[in-house]
Amino acid sequence: MSFLELKDLKIHFPTDDGLVKSVDGLTFSLERGSTLGIVGESGSGKSVTSLGILGLHKGGHARISGEIWLDGEELVSASQEHVRGLRGKKMAMIFQDPLSAMHPYYTVGDQIVEAYRIHHSVSKKVARKHAIDMLGRVGIPEPGRRVDAYPHEFSGGMRQRAMIAMALSCDPELLIADEPTTALDVTVQAQILDLMRDLQREFNSALIIITHDLGVVAELSDDILVMYGGKCIEYGAAEDIFYRPEHPYTWGLLGSMPRLDRERTERLMPIKGSPPSLINIPPGCAFHPRCPYSDRTQGKADTEVPALLETEGGHLVRCHLPREERRSLWENEIKPMLETT
Amino acid sequence: MTTPNEPLLSVQDLQKYFPVTKGLLKRQVGAVKAVDGISFDVFKGETLGVVGESGCGKSTMGRLVTRLLEPTGGKVLFEGQDITHMSQGRLRPLRRDMQMIFQDPFSSLNPRHTVGAIVGAPFRIQGIKTEHGTKKAVQEILELVGLNPEHYNRYPHEFSGGQRQRIGIARTLALKPKMIIADEPVSALDVSIQAQVVNLLEDLQNELDLTYVVIAHDLSVVRHISDRVAVMYLGKLVELADRKDLYESPMHPYTNALMSAVPIPDPARRNDRERIRLQGDVPSPLSPPPACRFHTRCWKAQAICKVEEPPLVELASRHQVACHFPEKVPQEAAEAVSA
Repeated sequence: MSFLELKDLKIHFPTDDGLVKSVDGLTFSLERGSTLGIVGESGSGKSVTSLGILGLHKGGHARISGEIWLDGEELVSASQEHVRGLRGKKMAMIFQDPLSAMHPYYTVGDQIVEAYRIHHSVSKKVARKHAIDMLGRVGIPEPGRRVDAYPHEFSGGMRQRAMIAMALSCDPELLIADEPTTALDVTVQAQILDLMRDLQREFNSALIIITHDLGVVAELSDDILVMYGGKCIEYGAAEDIFYRPEHPYTWGLLGSMPRLDRERTERLMPIKGSPPSLINIPPGCAFHPRCPYSDRTQGKADTEVPALLETEGGHLVRCHLPREERRSLWENEIKPMLETT
Repeated sequence: MTTPNEPLLSVQDLQKYFPVTKGLLKRQVGAVKAVDGISFDVFKGETLGVVGESGCGKSTMGRLVTRLLEPTGGKVLFEGQDITHMSQGRLRPLRRDMQMIFQDPFSSLNPRHTVGAIVGAPFRIQGIKTEHGTKKAVQEILELVGLNPEHYNRYPHEFSGGQRQRIGIARTLALKPKMIIADEPVSALDVSIQAQVVNLLEDLQNELDLTYVVIAHDLSVVRHISDRVAVMYLGKLVELADRKDLYESPMHPYTNALMSAVPIPDPARRNDRERIRLQGDVPSPLSPPPACRFHTRCWKAQAICKVEEPPLVELASRHQVACHFPEKVPQEAAEAVSA
């Protein structure tokens, strides 16, 4: 069994307007020392997944089913207290917006000390020394002085570093980073991505990075999972997703994005329409109203949910189009269009 | 793109200082030099992209040019007319020609007005009568930006983010402006929607002969959309060049660092990339470093960078740089600088 395994995880929220199927049958696994990138647009269910793994939907009105296995322990059926005990030490999270994820009334040091002392019975003095060490490790200058600063006294990049220090303070084995660099400038983003890569190597932790930015995913991930409408629509090694993608949605994402590493294209190739509402997910394949090839599926697109099937060596695709057709579309139509000017 | 000699918009030594006050008497104790002496021209039909990190003054610049903010110093000329300190009353007719698209499609539309009222507002304010009535005109514009004209009576909350941004664009187009300043027009949108809006902006430019100033932090979007690109750092213009020159041979160290920091969506290249690692964050514009403002983070900085501010000079054809030690400078220009 892998270090982390999700089996048919469903997280649904009943609301007055109907059932919101934020995560609808997600299955994947992750080993220690490797990185999974989860890509999707807003409302694809990627953040709900990460909160679900951490057990943060427990006690709310979410309906959770399926299994989450972390290091041989099942978490969906585990008690709230038990999962709470795992948070911090076994698994930790880096949030997008450090200003709202940190408490404004306590110093950065106090917040790291608190997290550390929950899992380690040490004196405040020892914990404070550990906090200073951690701040130094993530590259905050003068950590001995900065440990007593409040979050608002830090710049955006420094706050994000402090939050990474907090998340790593108990050496978690699973680290989830939800849009860790979206709020940051590019030069600072580059620093944080480098830092996360170095720290992961050092701690040999499993890392899940959630983002809408394909560039960020390509920088860090070993495997990539593309989400759409609460489901995984394509999964594979980073090379599969970038060099041999087989789902029309993944093609659309790649075509929507202007790239600095290639000749400038005259025209972007956007996906028509907008992402679906999770209350009202289109029947059949959730992507079919936006898919340019939905008329080639003999009417299956809007009636039957396609299965997530392996096309080759661990590369999974959820699409009605026959494999040969997908491959020839990619090789002969999509890829040349993405590469020519 | 043809560039006639007369610029549509000319900005000369533009400054904006926001006072920082303290105490009961609001004594001024300092100033945030958000924009500190920038000059550039925008020619008819072109797109000027303005890039920079947060706090570099790019949004303030956009608001100064459209006179949503009062400049502290310098000049803004629109079609040769000095609008720097023009009164609101005299400015109003000019607003037809110069419009703005805002970043956030959620806060830039009044939630209590229908789409018809929002897009029709410019007609009402400017007192313009159209041949078949305002409603007809508004519906034509809605169609132009790819919205359903039957949605005339809907409210902003009934639309998705991308559609709202289209409403914002429709509003700016209502009076057929000559120039549009777009401040981060796509950064709040999903990737697939960004591409739709970028394509729409390009189509509209071709169709209506518009001139754009696009302010954005995303270097790949700016490269895609711009003819010329300006790079700002802490209130200063550090580099200004044609798109191709800027992206293929950037001269300012800061531009080089920005480019190398952009994550490349190609997993094979993640390990073999030379990346310039800048130290730290952008300094506070409240007390920017003296002389060259980039010297605190620059790996090429020498003694002169701390005492003398490098002027923005043309080092290659149509390529201006403000740096004492620029990179990839053509031979003749390098000699001229050292002479």
